[in-house]
Amino acid sequence: MIETDILIIGAGPTGLFAVFEAGLLQLKCHLIDALPQPGGQCTEIYPKKPIYDIPGFPEVLAGELVDNLMEQIKPFQPGFTLGERAETIEKMEDGSFVVTTNKGTRHHAPIVAIAGGLGSFEPRKPLLQNINDYEEKGIAYFIKDPEIYRDKKVVIAGGGDSALDWSIFLTDVASEVTLVHRRNEFRGALDSVEKLQQLKNQGKINLITPAEIVELQGRDLLEAVLIRKTTNGDDDIRLAVDYFIPLFGLSPKLGPIADWGLEIEKNAIKVDNTLDYQTNIPGIYAIGDVNTYPGKLKLILCGFHEATLMCQSAYQRIFPDKKYVMKYTTVGGVQGFDGSKKEAPKAVVKTID
Amino acid sequence: MSDIKIKITDREGVPHEVHAPTDMNMNLMELVRTYELAPEGTIGVCGGMVMCASCQCYVKSDHELPEKTDEEDAMLSEAFYVEDNSRLGCQIRITENLEGLEVVLAPES
Repeated sequence: MIETDILIIGAGPTGLFAVFEAGLLQLKCHLIDALPQPGGQCTEIYPKKPIYDIPGFPEVLAGELVDNLMEQIKPFQPGFTLGERAETIEKMEDGSFVVTTNKGTRHHAPIVAIAGGLGSFEPRKPLLQNINDYEEKGIAYFIKDPEIYRDKKVVIAGGGDSALDWSIFLTDVASEVTLVHRRNEFRGALDSVEKLQQLKNQGKINLITPAEIVELQGRDLLEAVLIRKTTNGDDDIRLAVDYFIPLFGLSPKLGPIADWGLEIEKNAIKVDNTLDYQTNIPGIYAIGDVNTYPGKLKLILCGFHEATLMCQSAYQRIFPDKKYVMKYTTVGGVQGFDGSKKEAPKAVVKTID
Repeated sequence: MSDIKIKITDREGVPHEVHAPTDMNMNLMELVRTYELAPEGTIGVCGGMVMCASCQCYVKSDHELPEKTDEEDAMLSEAFYVEDNSRLGCQIRITENLEGLEVVLAPES
């Protein structure tokens, strides 16, 4: 069981900044995120896109912002449970909570802060009739361990970055890689597109475009796919495969959080914005894009503010008898749990002759 | 500048005629969100960066629309339920010549 002070669900910019504000109050944080890396939408959807409304940054790339936040919170040694989705919550007798992920990892904390953005990212599944029957039996929507594809026949579908990058990567692992895309054009980093062209010319990758996978076959495990060229009336191609990996991007779903007994409105969690962004369940807060209140704006900068007030309230809940005076970091410095200390240099007081 | 009227059929098949301002640098996806014609979180997921296809719609009238950019074209090539008249709402800016435009929202995927 992972023990912490504030359990944060969602490792996007709001969740990450909450670690900093909690750290100033000497509270420890642990974050859960369904994605394999921190940063939420910023790293998953638009890492190379600029953001212009972060105070103090005339322009910052979304990926850079996340790198900066990770650097800023490093002294507070946050824990991470990545690639797992928060599934259930249990309230203990002492008022604390136990949150369990879909992989069974258990987390225990007096405070839960949901910073889940639009929800956890779920793969967009192609519209194939019996696709659910083959999940875990030859169909995968994520590549977690590339080694399972060693010396296997793999077909990938999609035309974006992940389809390109994984196709390229797997040519060194799998015995046969086929990439199927509806267009002749691919969209991705220039060097990925060029590399793919090179692999195709070398005969290391089998590229079928413009085409679509229209049928899945196999008695129990997936054995073959039917590929239909979209330009001509040729017969469908039957391709024997061990694995089919459709990579059509991710779409966010509020998911299991919706069943936690929280008040939900417009796919978001209602909170008390007059005070501390607490939900209808005391001890559970919702901050950032995942919450709603009159006048709510889904902006990163608003998430930062909400995270800050949430931490103050969390502190009061954990230490009801302690008095706390807010300190400016310029005055009080930043003392990490790792023993590091940052503080403003002292001014020199010296007589000038 | 005056508002124009746009007919939007939601995912349940219900038609709505809405007033759209032409002077607020708005696009069709934002218009759908403003009038809440699709639940929050199911449309405009990427905020209009051409990084998802949650604002896909079918254009039913024969208005002259801005040309598809390569980015929009590529995104649509990865989307589901795509038809010849599919467009991404976030790429259609509300302008005066769109008076009477008719669109149908594509299913959620």
